[in-house]
Order: sequence, then structure tokens, then C-alpha cells
Amino acid sequence: MFQIEFDSPSDRVVGIDLGTTNSLVAWMNLGRPEVIEGEDGEKLVPSVVSLLPGGEIIAGNAARAALIDYPDRSIYSVKRLMGRGVADVQDELKLFPFRIAEGSESVIRVALGEKTFTPPEISAFILRQLKKNAEEALGGPVTKAVITVPAYFNDAQRQATRDAGRIAGLEVLRLVNEPTAAALAYGIDKRKEGIVAVYDLGGGTFDISILKLHDGIFEVLATNGDTHLGGDDIDNRLIRIALEDIQSEWQEDVSHSGEAVQTLRQDVIRAKEALSFAPTARIEFDWHGKQYRREIARELFENLIRDIVDRTLGPCRDCMKDAGVTPEQIDEVVLVGGSTRIPLVRSAVEVLFRARPHTELNPDEVVALGAAVQAGILAGTVENQLLLDVTPLSLGIEVYGGVVSKIIHRNSTIPASAGETFTTGVDGQTNVLIHVVQGERELAKDCRSLARFDLKGIEPMTAGFARIEVRFLIDANGILNVTARDARTGKEQSVEVKPSYGLTDEQVEAMIEASIDNAEADYRAAQLAGARVDADNILAATDKAKRNEAWRTLTDLERAAVDEAVKQLQTAYHAEDHNTIRKAIDTLNEATHKLAENMMNTAVNTALKGTRV
Amino acid sequence: MKNLQADYFEFLELPRNLTIDLKDLEKRFYTLSRQLHPDLYARKSAAERDYALEASAVLNDAYRALKDPISRALYLLKIEGFDIGEQGTKDVPQELLEEVFELNMALEEDGPESVQGRFVEMREAVDAELLHRFAAWDATHARDTLNEIRALLNRRRYITNLIDKTNVPDRV
Repeated sequence: MFQIEFDSPSDRVVGIDLGTTNSLVAWMNLGRPEVIEGEDGEKLVPSVVSLLPGGEIIAGNAARAALIDYPDRSIYSVKRLMGRGVADVQDELKLFPFRIAEGSESVIRVALGEKTFTPPEISAFILRQLKKNAEEALGGPVTKAVITVPAYFNDAQRQATRDAGRIAGLEVLRLVNEPTAAALAYGIDKRKEGIVAVYDLGGGTFDISILKLHDGIFEVLATNGDTHLGGDDIDNRLIRIALEDIQSEWQEDVSHSGEAVQTLRQDVIRAKEALSFAPTARIEFDWHGKQYRREIARELFENLIRDIVDRTLGPCRDCMKDAGVTPEQIDEVVLVGGSTRIPLVRSAVEVLFRARPHTELNPDEVVALGAAVQAGILAGTVENQLLLDVTPLSLGIEVYGGVVSKIIHRNSTIPASAGETFTTGVDGQTNVLIHVVQGERELAKDCRSLARFDLKGIEPMTAGFARIEVRFLIDANGILNVTARDARTGKEQSVEVKPSYGLTDEQVEAMIEASIDNAEADYRAAQLAGARVDADNILAATDKAKRNEAWRTLTDLERAAVDEAVKQLQTAYHAEDHNTIRKAIDTLNEATHKLAENMMNTAVNTALKGTRV
Repeated sequence: MKNLQADYFEFLELPRNLTIDLKDLEKRFYTLSRQLHPDLYARKSAAERDYALEASAVLNDAYRALKDPISRALYLLKIEGFDIGEQGTKDVPQELLEEVFELNMALEEDGPESVQGRFVEMREAVDAELLHRFAAWDATHARDTLNEIRALLNRRRYITNLIDKTNVPDRV
């Protein structure tokens, strides 16, 4: 029997594109980034999660099928909810069938059937599916990953993504901005010097980044974007038009049926995708015996979506201004995201940057491929490539009158830091509260509240005498870390973090605990299934061998031992423990050793006889 | 190991000069990035990873501060012990206050377009003067020059505020 040697280096790192619509996992295969297929042979894993009526949670293609059967137990586009509060998502709720559970405040809870989950937990189900796909394809455990995020994601959205990774049992070595990852995928063996613009229009987010390439260094000069702009907006517009049509044709409003809207969404997406390649397409919607048909010409489609496409151009102009470059200075433009297949998007980009965009790599895969390259950089297998990214939003602290004092400006290369000294305003005051916000506006209330940091245990003294030095540090993931020390004593000052949105560390820990139980169950199930497949194979092989003439060359005792081992394995087969099955397989292997040898000899003898004739 | 308490000039191994060759600065930045960036320490110990994070933050902060001539001058004033407060009204010479007052009046009476050109010209004059002072500092490192630079930077900030007030969008 063969022994297959799996190489399973403990520092294998995969790259994951956790997308609004689809997710992918990739790795470095002999120096080249490669997307890993699922067992269904599909590279794209739909970012859909379903809680089946039996209690089983499924993600990916299986869940997409469940979306129509169980719309109330399924969720898609959860990325739109990552790191956001209930008040933030009111607009989304009009367009997406998210069922926000009662009592959600700074952390949203979404209902799937009778249970509720936070967005990081739902994303973790998608990540677990990707992890499983990678483990099956690579033949070993996968515990470390690079995960991509939209460049314009704020701190809370990044933290939520990292939390999702942790809940899924992945050590997230780095969060990488999606457009930068795409540049890595393109740049690995291309241009050495030059200015590159990456235009990334995905399902739910839009990013633009401008990079300077210098001998393996990818320096991001500026980034801009809109975390709520993407292909979903185009779908929603087509759905609204179709719903109006249906209402007037059928005299029936189907917009309240989750199932109808889900079906229509998929029909509309099919038409939208067809329009990228054909001059006309048809929306075909069948519902309870009724049919809705509508022909859409590309020209009409383009008129319908023109303002959505135009919304990407402002951020592009601002980004060029921040990067200090003119369109003429941009050497190459790279397109990322499924929505960049739309001809109108391509022509708008071409007009703006005055350069024909690159489309050699599949826009759905390029981000995952780049994440794999970054994974290779961290694992030490990709050398001489280095990514210098920036923070997309300015970091500020709220000062007197609710005004924001900016301490780290947007487009600063990360890691970046800033120091501020704080003091007390009242005699005997023992704590100082610092409100940290992200954004470009003048007033704190117009920016994104990030967290409140409470400097505690300050020695009571006269107002204005305390001197607490606070260091704000944005790490290479774009996530803020805050430390403080008493400038007089040099002692570390305790800081209590109250995040405005998202989970506390304790909550994430609890979710990891819960998921370890699940992960163990998953692992055991996979081991069991693997052992049963091996048992099937060896039982079939033994059965076949018994019909070979070599069977008769064995002694009675040897034959009895084989039969006994077969019987044992058949019994062990139904055990719930893979070790029991493995042991029985080993026994049978041992018992059939002589049989296999004799079969080999018989075959050789036959062959030798054959040559003599 | 880099001294993380060093000032930015020292960190980048540059003299405390205000005229800097940007190509050379960029080269230093790239070279040090290849030595200090956290990506290169992902498989190292927690202490080494912390060092990389801190050191690369200092490197990036230093590059950012020294790349732009105005922020470079402000940074030099700071490490030379000059107080560069947000407003700095105390140190603004009387004639500048009067000039700014007149310009503010003009801004209110004649509207932004009429005065913006004048403000921009004024700032260009300050910038030209600053370059002279920068060269003077580099030649002598005389403290008096820094006083002059500080006054010019104050003046420049006032003018920039006025340009911002005129608020004419300068899109690409």
C-alpha cells in the first residue's frame, strides 16, 4: 500500500478574500498564487450563510441554494453590517432583508430562524468553509491567514473582520487592503517602477488606491472610496424597476415576500451579467405560475446605472489629488471586482485615467491571489516584495467644544503614531476620558466614533499638574492601539477601552470558546469521514483479492485471520470514533500483507510465463 | 537595533538641515523599510515583532515629517525647543495683525475671488523668503535664524487660513 507524505509546514499561511458577494481562499503553490477550489470544484464561495431547520449551519454554494427555500434562515452581504451600529444601517435595511434582532445597539445581532448572531460570527461561518476547503485541498490543518478588507474600512470594520477570523479558528496575521492586494497580484512579475491606480468596484464597496512601485516596494500614495457603493446598488435599482413593472402587470405587490425578492434578485443579476457581453438581455421571473419578462438593452441599462458609476469618479479625483499625481502620470490602471466587467464602468475608468485598464487577471480572483502573495511575504517564501500601505481616514481626538483635533492624517503610511499629553482640569481628578474618532469632518459628532479611552488611577493633585502621555499607534493592519504613561513617574498608565461599535475582547473570547467546541466537532466529523473512505477502499480491495488465485496459496490460519480482520473492520466502521476504524484498518492491512505479496509474485510469474511462450 | 527615542534627523542619519534632497530621503526610507517593516518579523518572537512595529512607526512618522519642507521646519523648531502653539498670537508682529485685518476686510467686502490671488502671491513671497532662511540655517545653525523662520511660519499659517477661507475648490 502507498504512504502519501503530506508536507504540512506549520507556518503555512493562506490568503482570504472575504467579499460582500463571494469569498475565496488562495495559497502560494511553488511560488505562484493559486485559488483553492471547494470540493464542489467551485473557486467562488458565495458569502451566504443558512441555518437549516435541523439546526445545521451551512455556508457557501449550499447556502445560496437555501437562500430561496429558507429566506428567513439565510443571510447574504453580511459584510455591509461588519463593525457598524444599528443606527448606521437603517438605509441598508430598506434594501436588504436583514432581520435585526431586538435589543441590538452598538453590536448588531441578526436573526437566522430562531437564533441570533453577530456579523463577525456569520462571517466566521464563511471563513470556516474557506478554511475547510483549504485544509482538504492542501491535506493538513490551516490555522494562519491573511484576510483582505476594503481599503476604506474604518477601525471598527477592521476589528470586526479580525474578530471573525479569530472566531473561525484562524490566526489573522494581517489585514490587507483589497486594492493593494490586487496590485501585489499584478505586480509580482511585472513593472518595476511606475505609478499604478487600482479601481476596485465590488459587490458592496468601492475603493481606489494609487501606488508607487519601486523595485519590489509597493508604496501606497493615497486611497479613497465609499464603503457603501457596489454591484448590489445596481441590483437594487433593477429590482425596484422590476417590482414596479410587476405591480402594474400583475396588480400584485410581491415586494413583501422574501422568497419572491430573492428569486427576482438572482434573475436580475443574471440579466445584469449577460449585459456585460451582449447588447440586450432579458429578466425572466417566474412566480407562482405567473411570468414576468422584460427585455433590457444595454443603452437603457447604462442610463439606469450611470449615476452609480459616476459616484466612483469623485473619490478617484480626490485620490489623485491626495497622491499628488495627474492622470498623465498614471502608468497603469488595474480593475478589480466583478462590477468592473460592466462596459460602462470600464469606459468611465478609461476616460478618467486616460489609460486602458488591465484586465488580464480575473477580477473576481485577483484580490485573493494578492492576499496569497502577502501570506507568502509573511511566511518568508516571497522575498524582496514589500507593501507600504496607508490609513484611509484621519484619526482625531475630541477637544473642547466637540471639535476634532487631528493627530494622524489620512494617507499616512502605517504603522503610524502620534503622541499627546493630557492633564486634569479639576483639582483631585483621578481619571481622564479621551474620545477618539475617525474621519475628515471638523466636529466629532460628524466623524465616526471609534472608542473612549479612560485613563484611570491618576494620582490626585492640583488641576493641570498631571501629565499623562498617550501614544496612539495605528498598526500595519490599520487598527489603533493606545498606550499611556505618567510622564512624571514614567509608570505605565492603565487605559480602559470602551469601543463605540463592535465586540469587546471578552465577547470575542466567549465566541471563540463556543466555536472551538464546534470546530472540534467539525474536525472529528472530517476525520471520521476520511477513515470510512479508507475502510471502504481496503474492504473492496480485500474482497477482490480473495477472488485472486493467490488467496489459495495462504494457509487456513492466514485465511481465517483475514476474514476475522474484515469482520472487525465492518463492525468498527459504524463506530463514532475514527481511531477505532483506523485501528481495524491497520489490523486488516497486517493480515493481508502475505496475500498482497503472493499476489505480486503470482503476477510476476504470470508475466514471466508470458514472455516464455 | 535603532534608537527609538532618537529625533527624526538622527533616526534617518541626517544632519539637522532644512534643505533635504528628497531622492536621498526616499532612498533612506525604502532602505530602512526593508529592514524594519513588521512584515519581515511575522515569524519572529513577540518582542521582535513589537520592536518592528514601534521602529517602523517611528520611521514612517519621520519620513512624513521631513518630506514636506514646512512640516520639516516645524519639527526642527520643536526639537530645538521652540514653542509652536496652535495659535501663536502672542508672537505675531503687530504689522502682520494689521495686514491680516485689512485682508479680512477685503475678503468680506470684495468676495473671495478678488483677494485670493493676492493671498496666494503673499504665500509665495513667504515661501521664497523661507527658502533663504533655510539655507542660512543650514550654513550656520544659528539660533537667530530659527526665530526668523518661526515668524515666517506664523505669517504663512495666517495666510493659509485666509486662502482656506476664500474656499475656491482646486480640483484636479
